[in-house]
Amino acid sequence: MRSWWVGSLAAAVMIAMLFFAGSMRVRAENDGVNNHNDQAAATAADVRIDNFSFAPQTLTVAAGTTITWTNRDDIPHSVVSTDGVFKSKVRDTDEKFSYTFAKAGVYPYYCSIHPKMTGKVVVQ
Amino acid sequence: MSDIRQDVIRQKVQDLNDDGVDRRGFLKCMAWAGAGLVWTMSGGVPVSRAIATGGGHARDGSGGGDFSFVQISDSHMGFNKPANPDVAATLQVAVDKINGLPNQPDFLLHTGDISHLSRAEQFDTVDQILKGAKAKDVFFVPGEHDVLDDNGKSYLERYGKDARRGGWYSFDHKGVHFIGLVNVVDLKAGGLGSLGGEQLKWMEKDVKHRKHSTPIVIFAHIPLWSVYPEWGWGTEDSAQALACVKKFGSVTVLNGHIHQIMQKVEGNVTFHTAMSTAFPQPQPGKSDSPGPMKVPAEQLRSLLGITQVNTIRGKHALAVVDSTLG
Ligand SMILES: [Cu+2]
Repeated sequence: MRSWWVGSLAAAVMIAMLFFAGSMRVRAENDGVNNHNDQAAATAADVRIDNFSFAPQTLTVAAGTTITWTNRDDIPHSVVSTDGVFKSKVRDTDEKFSYTFAKAGVYPYYCSIHPKMTGKVVVQ
Repeated sequence: MSDIRQDVIRQKVQDLNDDGVDRRGFLKCMAWAGAGLVWTMSGGVPVSRAIATGGGHARDGSGGGDFSFVQISDSHMGFNKPANPDVAATLQVAVDKINGLPNQPDFLLHTGDISHLSRAEQFDTVDQILKGAKAKDVFFVPGEHDVLDDNGKSYLERYGKDARRGGWYSFDHKGVHFIGLVNVVDLKAGGLGSLGGEQLKWMEKDVKHRKHSTPIVIFAHIPLWSVYPEWGWGTEDSAQALACVKKFGSVTVLNGHIHQIMQKVEGNVTFHTAMSTAFPQPQPGKSDSPGPMKVPAEQLRSLLGITQVNTIRGKHALAVVDSTLG
């Protein structure tokens, strides 16, 4: 196969990829654990959009909770339910989007501009 | 197999040393805001070189080519954050550079993220600045920033009049077949850039009856190769698109989106990504996210010049030029 990466960049990229893939996984798991604990009585909750990710990535709330997403990035993002339940307009820096979750269930969502950005709301 | 690889690498190193280009001078020339690339068709094989003031950097004597065109990308008109508070000015610099080329390009390609927020006034500003280019024809493909909210309706109304319903199209210029693809709409959760079945079917038909010797240039916003999937820097069905052009002897794939130069050669296919005219983005994995890289104003130029590598291959002396800032 005549395929090759060119230059020293190749090595740097490969190392970075391995390293980054590892650290991503750890961070996602931590997000899930942290948020599970302190959501009992909330009627309002926040998700921060920062560094091309939703934090917390998984947010567990009681039914009736209004969640507000705020974009803290220099780049616009969106908040779009994977199952078509809710869909924000494109949110530029510091713009917000809110949605009230009336019913229990699991609500996966993503940024339609950067679909690698995914998150989940669990309503109990 | 490893022997072939070794030879290739050795050849490349030699070319790097013996190409007659003063590396420091070359890198300096690359270090200006709003960079672009000139592609010169030479014997049907695209040869790229950095746009710099005057001549002196072309390795193919670029006047010898049949024609040239210029790729610019990611002008992000409307962006006003610290990474570059004046993206109109840097786009203007790019146009000035193009107009100063001794060998004028036949046309320009813009590989997307024309605007930052798909707003009419942002497209207007870009159109206005590009009107100042001596090359009158500009071919566009959309970036994800050009199709926000309305699924690309306003983009298509402005730029897609001669295109297929989804915005993709092809054209021929002096024996070279150009294919503009759209891979920034209907993106699925967790996924990458996407071309979709309808476009792939069209592309297969579009190239079917063309001679194998026809040089092919494919341009699209998101890289059509897996640069860094963790940041979405890839297109999930790009393999199918490349399968359509397998039979062709020379295929060049030009992309933007990642705001830095990267290059890969695979068989007959050369992949290349262009710098932005607006702001740099970090190298893959070198930051928490692929967002705009904020740097002191006086460093902006040098960071736009990052990640370039230089390769020469084949009997046509194809010089796909890239260079790396130290
Ligand atoms: Cu996003």
